[in-house]
Amino acid sequence: MRITFPYMGHSHWVFRQLLSELGHEPIVPPSPTKRTLDYGTRYSPEFACIPFKVLLGSYLEAIELGAEAVVTTGGVGPCRAGYYAPLHQRILADLGYEIDIIVLEPPLRNMKEFYRQLRKLIPPGIGIGNLLCILHRAWVKLNAIDHLERLSHQIRPRELERGRTTRVFRKCLELIGAARTVSEINVAREEGVRLLTEIPIDREKELLKIGIIGEIYVVLEPFINHNVQILLEGMGVLADRSIYLADWVRGNALVPGEKDIKRAARPYLKELVGGHGLNSIGETVLYARRGFDGVVQLAPFACIPEIVAKSIIPSVSRKLGIPVLTLFLDEQTGEAGIKTRLEAFVDLLLQKKRKGAGAQWNQVTWA
Amino acid sequence: METIGVPRALAYYTYFPFWKTVLEGLGRELVVSGTTNKAILDQGVSEATNDLCVPIKIFFGHVVQLKGQVDKIFVPRLVNVNQGDTFCPKFLGLPDMVEYGMNGLPPLFAPRIDLCKKIRGWFDLAKMVAEALNCNMISVLKGFQQGKKAQAEYDSLLLGGYAPKEAMELMYTGQKGKASGAAKKPVGTIALLGYPYSLYDDFLNGNLLSKLKGLGVKVLTPEMAPPSDLYSQIRLLPKGLFWYFSNRVLGAGMYYLSEVNIDGIVHVSNFACGPDAMVNKLLELEAKKYTCPFLTISLDEHTGQAGIHTRLEAFVDMVRWRRQRACE
Ligand code: SF4
Ligand code: SF4
Repeated sequence: MRITFPYMGHSHWVFRQLLSELGHEPIVPPSPTKRTLDYGTRYSPEFACIPFKVLLGSYLEAIELGAEAVVTTGGVGPCRAGYYAPLHQRILADLGYEIDIIVLEPPLRNMKEFYRQLRKLIPPGIGIGNLLCILHRAWVKLNAIDHLERLSHQIRPRELERGRTTRVFRKCLELIGAARTVSEINVAREEGVRLLTEIPIDREKELLKIGIIGEIYVVLEPFINHNVQILLEGMGVLADRSIYLADWVRGNALVPGEKDIKRAARPYLKELVGGHGLNSIGETVLYARRGFDGVVQLAPFACIPEIVAKSIIPSVSRKLGIPVLTLFLDEQTGEAGIKTRLEAFVDLLLQKKRKGAGAQWNQVTWA
Repeated sequence: METIGVPRALAYYTYFPFWKTVLEGLGRELVVSGTTNKAILDQGVSEATNDLCVPIKIFFGHVVQLKGQVDKIFVPRLVNVNQGDTFCPKFLGLPDMVEYGMNGLPPLFAPRIDLCKKIRGWFDLAKMVAEALNCNMISVLKGFQQGKKAQAEYDSLLLGGYAPKEAMELMYTGQKGKASGAAKKPVGTIALLGYPYSLYDDFLNGNLLSKLKGLGVKVLTPEMAPPSDLYSQIRLLPKGLFWYFSNRVLGAGMYYLSEVNIDGIVHVSNFACGPDAMVNKLLELEAKKYTCPFLTISLDEHTGQAGIHTRLEAFVDMVRWRRQRACE
């Protein structure tokens, strides 16, 4: 089958391999562009969250490329993500596309349904041992990508030649992408590490430390967040991201982990509110404890859990003395606007740092 | 006597009779904030994070009204009422948003209402109430019995077409208003779909309900659809929505479309409401199946009454015209 999947960050390298090893023809949606967004926005409800719109747009683009089915994950609420698939399907049907959306719901919920959907993906010829190998390879690949990306974020803010890390990291992705077997992937990973660590850097440079939190899609997809992390790194900031791809897989398919984050959030929010709402609060607390200078919260416009978090975060911020900047993102958000706000935020953090902890500082930030 | 303030917003329109009976039975005096007005809205807007939907902002405004007047403020955390769904995350986080988003509040009375496991859920709830209000379990459980009776009476009045205000007047003052819904010779029947806190807050929606009735149409709301019918409609979908109020709105829409002869649907939605983005699209697609006229009215703090009324008038004209044409 010609199958496409949600486009998010660098995950397509993994899905591509997974699907082709299962004997399908992966249709990799083009990395999102203005056109994707226009498509998605045109056919989505106005207040659908931005991930919904981008995904709809990229499904449409993948259909143009010949996709016959979409594979995606489901969910049981309380947020909207779990309802993306049924609504995407209905909107596509209304537009006249009878595309099959294969939804992998959390297996613990309904084992039979999970299995039924899975069967559509896994051809009968593939034995369980083989399947496990395929999954294992995908997992190794995913972790290799995460590892190299983390490393690139350590290096970029210190690079001596502007843009070098980004170029090298792109090369790393290609290496990993081309690797098939576990040992090939490991070799590619080593090679990637070598390439990245060879980049000349300024070891002495003093960096501000900013944590990036928020809703997973907008955190992971640079097209939507306008490369926030790289922008920050260009401003001399060590930007730590709370979420990587592997976290997403864990969160979607397996057990809910992240106990420490939840514990940290408890005093402020006593209920799971879906999405990454609780995480956003917990991570703010943890970044404060780890001595970070500030936090940037990324949220889709009208994102319910992040709005709940945003209404609580000022208290956390005041109490723990960590400034938080919230950026709501939608199809109208432009890079220039984001950049200006980040620069202002970084300036404030620098001032605060120079003055030592300043009390008046805390009142400015949560605009 | 300890006083408990009840914000006249959000779940007030749905569950007030239950809590009134319970809390008064436990010897508390209830102070309900006034009906929403400009001042309340403005206060809510200034207190709440500006990205919140207007119903939550209004809730904040009502909390401000009660501040300084009462010993405790009632901010329930609605999680599950045993219909297989939950509530919008803003309901789930409501007490926390109020507690950490506002200053100078008296303690909150914020029971967590999770009736997913039926008997166990009621029991836990009773325990929470008993602890929070310092009374014994038996009296709380007895209160619940009474409360459920009051709630059943209220629900059946709503089902019969009384708006919450009329139903409560009837229950608490014995005043016999007329069930609204029915105009004598209606020019058409319109399903007015929206969350109770949008449909029945006259200030928020610019008196939508009476405006429609004034235009001579028969109005059907989700509260007037039998709950069992409404849920059997939801079960027809490949997957139901996750949110209680949203399922009620969608289910009512599907029920009225398939079982009742309606001439149009007006969906009263809230600006920047997450669940509504989905409900609205689904309703629109359902209405399209039946070629039923469909109007969306989106409420926010700037929606003017005049604008709403003009659009309603145009819609009703269109409905009437379609009807006449169908008869010719
Ligand atoms: S968490 Fe936010 S972005 Fe994700 S589904 Fe919910 S509202 Fe949409
Ligand atoms: S359902 Fe919509 S209007 Fe109601 S609280 Fe949630 S976001 Fe606000």
